[in-house]
Amino acid sequence: MEDEGVVLLGFWSSPYVMRVKIALEEKGIQFLYKEEENIFLSKSPLLLQANPIYMKVPVLIHNGKPICESLNILEYIDEVWKDKFTILPHHPYEKAKSRFWIHFFDKMIFDIGRRMWASKGEDQEAAKLEFLKSLKLLEEELGDKPYFGGDQFGLLDIALIPFSCRFYTYEMFCKFSVEKSCPKFMKWVNKCNERGSVSKALPNPHEVYDFVLEVKKMLGIE
Amino acid sequence: MGNDELILLNYWPSMFGARVRIALEEKGLDYEYREEDLLNKSPLLLQMNPVHKKIPVLIHNGKPVCESNIIVQYIDEVWYDKAPLLPSDPYQKAQARFWADYIDKKLYDSGRKITFHKNKEEAEEGKKEVLEIFKVLEGALEEKPYFGGENFGYVDISLIGFYMWFHAYETCANFSIEAECPKLMAWVKRCLERKTVSKSLGDPKTVYEIVLKFRKKLGLD
Repeated sequence: MEDEGVVLLGFWSSPYVMRVKIALEEKGIQFLYKEEENIFLSKSPLLLQANPIYMKVPVLIHNGKPICESLNILEYIDEVWKDKFTILPHHPYEKAKSRFWIHFFDKMIFDIGRRMWASKGEDQEAAKLEFLKSLKLLEEELGDKPYFGGDQFGLLDIALIPFSCRFYTYEMFCKFSVEKSCPKFMKWVNKCNERGSVSKALPNPHEVYDFVLEVKKMLGIE
Repeated sequence: MGNDELILLNYWPSMFGARVRIALEEKGLDYEYREEDLLNKSPLLLQMNPVHKKIPVLIHNGKPVCESNIIVQYIDEVWYDKAPLLPSDPYQKAQARFWADYIDKKLYDSGRKITFHKNKEEAEEGKKEVLEIFKVLEGALEEKPYFGGENFGYVDISLIGFYMWFHAYETCANFSIEAECPKLMAWVKRCLERKTVSKSLGDPKTVYEIVLKFRKKLGLD
């Protein structure tokens, strides 16, 4: 890997990649973005070299050295580029809470997200209910704060907001409305979307939905 | 750091709880240990970890911290002045986090296939997966004494608790970890020489007996 400063390997629809894009933008870090265009069929040699264990995006390559896993990358970015826009909360307890909720959400969405667009009947319904239950828990965590980070947009906000571009997809498949069920959560989503870093990183939700339809076809899922 | 009240809610066979015990010991911290009966969880556990209702939970001056790797990071950040568990270099730190996360993502589930297998095929599958994971970890260890290099640290803490379950894995799937992964076992022996580790790990033979008990209860045997 050559030393090209900061390189981000990504795929346009990955919320995990969006997390990193948002963080880099908020920090004002110049970076070279490389899209893994054929990610399902053939991963680039660079990706396979940079992330041999998981072969997944995002990978941040800084001065030729790769960092993998989105949360890991966010913490790395925060530690290296210390002087502008702090991502992590200051206090260890708040750090622990943010990490806890990211872990909670990531574990949930990995299973539930897929079941919402790939399953049918009872399983899909159960997934939808689990999803809404999780959003309600997050609403409790948010409380009356403008952001999860308090007055400042921070780690947990950056980690969660990319998934909002998938809401339309979930709503179309599972016949519900996040706005109706979790208005507080949507209020936070809308507030985050006002930030340039977020609107730049997130694709159009309709494009995401069309893509999922294509993926379903490709995988042979009805 | 003044009058810190530390309570650890744990279940001694837990490889995750072991991480927290070791971290607390490494930092030389006084804490109250409370054993949980997982079939009859205490009101305190349910109150302190309402989302997952799982151990370990560290309660620091009344405030709960959950998820073992998150707890270890918390301990390292609060008591930053002694025995650092994570490297200070951001890239080395990212590598440490990566490997601890890898262990979390892979080892427990594959290990569970062995201990709570429904049939021989599942146990065999679990064994293959566990050995693959160990080989990857041996690769990450390279020729270093510890995953952290010269110093025992975060990744070592993340993994060593699983040693309590090695005998159970070996017996349930009929193989020898020493024979297949001698480098890993050398690392295990090195870690066990540390008092902080030997104090924090329960007896592997008793863990196996517990597995057998649960297998009977679940109707697997």
